[in-house]
Amino acid sequence: MTITDSPPSGEAPPGPRGRVVRRRASGDTERGFSRIFRWIATGAGALILAVLAAVALFLIARGWPAITATPAELADSVPRYPDDTSLVAYVGPLVFGTLLAAVLALLLATPVGMGIALFISHYAPRRLAQGLGYLVDLLAAIPSVIYGLWGFLVLAPVLKPVWFWLGENASWFPLFAGKVSATGKSIATVAVVLAVMVLPIITAVSREVFLQTPKLHEEAALALGATRWEMVRTAVLPFGRSGVISAAMLGLGRALGETMAVLMILSPGFTYSLHLLEAGNHQTIAAYIANDFPEASGLAVNTLIATGLALFVITLAVNMLARWIVARRKEFSGAN
Amino acid sequence: MSKRIDAKDVNIYYGDFRAVESVSMTIEPRSVTAFIGPSGCGKTTFLRTLNRMHEVVPGAHVEGKVELEGVDLYGPDVDPVAVRRTIGMVFQRPNPFPTMSIRDNVLAGVKLNNRRISKSDADELVESSLRGANLWSEVKDRLDKPGSGLSGGQQQRLCIARTIAVRPEVVLMDEPCSALDPISTLAIEDLIQELKKDYTIVIVTHNMQQAARVSDRTAFFNIAGTGKPGKLIEMDDTATIFSSPREKDTEDYVSGRFG
Ligand SMILES: Nc1ncnc2c1ncn2[C@@H]1O[C@H](COP(=O)(O)OP(=O)(O)OP(=O)(O)O)[C@@H](O)[C@H]1O
Ligand SMILES: [Mg+2]
Repeated sequence: MTITDSPPSGEAPPGPRGRVVRRRASGDTERGFSRIFRWIATGAGALILAVLAAVALFLIARGWPAITATPAELADSVPRYPDDTSLVAYVGPLVFGTLLAAVLALLLATPVGMGIALFISHYAPRRLAQGLGYLVDLLAAIPSVIYGLWGFLVLAPVLKPVWFWLGENASWFPLFAGKVSATGKSIATVAVVLAVMVLPIITAVSREVFLQTPKLHEEAALALGATRWEMVRTAVLPFGRSGVISAAMLGLGRALGETMAVLMILSPGFTYSLHLLEAGNHQTIAAYIANDFPEASGLAVNTLIATGLALFVITLAVNMLARWIVARRKEFSGAN
Repeated sequence: MSKRIDAKDVNIYYGDFRAVESVSMTIEPRSVTAFIGPSGCGKTTFLRTLNRMHEVVPGAHVEGKVELEGVDLYGPDVDPVAVRRTIGMVFQRPNPFPTMSIRDNVLAGVKLNNRRISKSDADELVESSLRGANLWSEVKDRLDKPGSGLSGGQQQRLCIARTIAVRPEVVLMDEPCSALDPISTLAIEDLIQELKKDYTIVIVTHNMQQAARVSDRTAFFNIAGTGKPGKLIEMDDTATIFSSPREKDTEDYVSGRFG
C-alpha cells in the first residue's frame, strides 16, 4: 500500500565486507531444500522454454518446404489447392476463420462468464454459491468431443430457428446477411458451441479473482453509499480487471485450438466472408489440419505444418497482447 | 449539516454471539466523541452499527434503535445505502481505491449512482475536499497519479477527503491514526478539529492522549471477559473522564493501571 523504498530484504547485515562475501559464498543463506528447490524451479522454467523452442523449430523446419514452394508445386501436391495462389493467400482465410470463431466465442462467453462469476462471488447465498462453483469446475472437465456431439445433435437444431429469425429480421446487419444455412452448420453455431466450451474456464478464473477483492476496498465503496452493484463496479471489477483479461485469454487459447467441435459441426469453406449464418464459408486451422492430415503426404504435410505455424504465431501473439493489456496500467492495478 | 445520534438499548450480534450489550448513548452534533476501551470490547462493532456497515458481515444483526435526529436508522423503510451516504466512515487502514487516480478517489462517492457532475464542479469539489483534508498542497500537481502511490498518512487524508466529498452529516473514524507516524497523526488530529465545525465526529482510538486532545466527549467500553459482550461503562465530558470518572474501571483504564 505504502511506497516501498526500504532496502530489499536479504540485504547483508552491516559488517566487514569480506565476512559478508564469505558467508554468501559458503552458502550460509541457502542450503538443503531451499537450494534443491531453486534448482527444480529453474529447471522447470528452462524446460518450458526448451519445449517451446523445440515446437517452434519443428514447425519452422517442417513447414519450410511449403513456405518456399511455388504456387504451381503447391497446386500439384495439395488436394483442392486453387491454381496461382501463394501459401499466404491460401492460409489467410483459415487464419480469418480461426480468429472469427474464437473472437465470436469470446464475445459471447466473457460477459456471461463474468456474470456467473460475480453471481457466485458476490450475490448468491453462500450455500448456493458453493454448489454453483463446484458445478462450473465440473463443466470445465467435460472433454471437447462431448461438447462437439452435443453441439451438433442438440444445440444446432435448437439454434436453427434463432438463426432463421435473425436472417429474416436482422439481415440489414452485415453479420446476419446472406443465405441462412438450412443445416445450421455455420460459424455462428460453432461460435456458440465454442462459447459454451470456454465458459467454464472463464467463469472459474474470474470467480477466483473476484473472491480475492480486498474486503477493505469493498467496504470503502459500501461506506461511501454504494449499492451492491456500485460496489462491484468501483471495487471488484477494477481489481479483477487483469484477472478477467487473463481468464478471457485462457478461453481464447482454448477456442483458437479447439478442433473436434469445429470439425464435427462446421461445413467448411475458404473465404473471408462475414456472413456468420451461411454454411460453407469458413474453416479453422485446427479443424483443417485434423481433417486433412490422415490423407496427406509429401508437400501437403508441409503445408499443413505451415498452417500450424500460423496458429502457433497467433496464439503467441494473443498471449503477448494479453500481457501487454495487463501490464499497461500496472501502476493502477492494486499490486502496489 | 451536522446531526445528532441517539442509540437506544442497542445489542449487536455476530450470528449467535452477542458482541455488544445494551448500549445507549447520545452523540452531539458539531463535536468530537471518542470511544476508548480495551481490545475486543466492541468499539469497532458499535461504530459500524451507526452507519449500518455492521450488517455487511454475513450473519450479523442489530437489535435496538439508532436514531439520527429522531429518525430510526434501522426502521423498516430506511435504505442502508442512504444511511451510509449520510454517515461516512474512515477505516483503520487507509483504503483508497488502488485502480483510481487521486482525483477519481475523491470523486468516487459522488460519481456513484451515475450522478452526473460537470467538470468544473468536479474540479472545485476535488480541491475543496482535498483542502478540507489538508492534502491539497501535497497532491495538487499529481491528481492523476494513483492514490496508492501516496504515503500512509497521505492515503488516510485522501480517504478523509473522499468521505467529506459526499457531504455527510456524520463522520465515523475507526482508529484513523493507528497506522501512521506521529507527524501524520498530528495532521489528522488538526484536521479533526477543523472538521468538527461542520460535522458530527466519532473516533475510536487506543491512544489516551489522542482522545484527550481531540474529543469533547468520551465513551469508555469494557468487557467482562472473553466470550462476554462488551458494554458501555460510562460516557461523559472528556475532561471528566480523564480527571474524575464515576467508575473505578474507567479510572484504571485511563490511568494505564488496567489489567
Ligand atoms: N467479523 C466478525 N465475526 C465474528 N465476530 C467478530 C467479528 N468482528 C469482531 N468480532 C468479535 O466482536 C467482539 C468485538 O470486536 P471489535 O472489533 O468490535 O472490538 P474492538 O473494541 O474494536 O477491538 P480493537 O480495539 O482491537 O479494535 C470481539 O469479541 C470480536 O472477536
Ligand atoms: Mg476495532
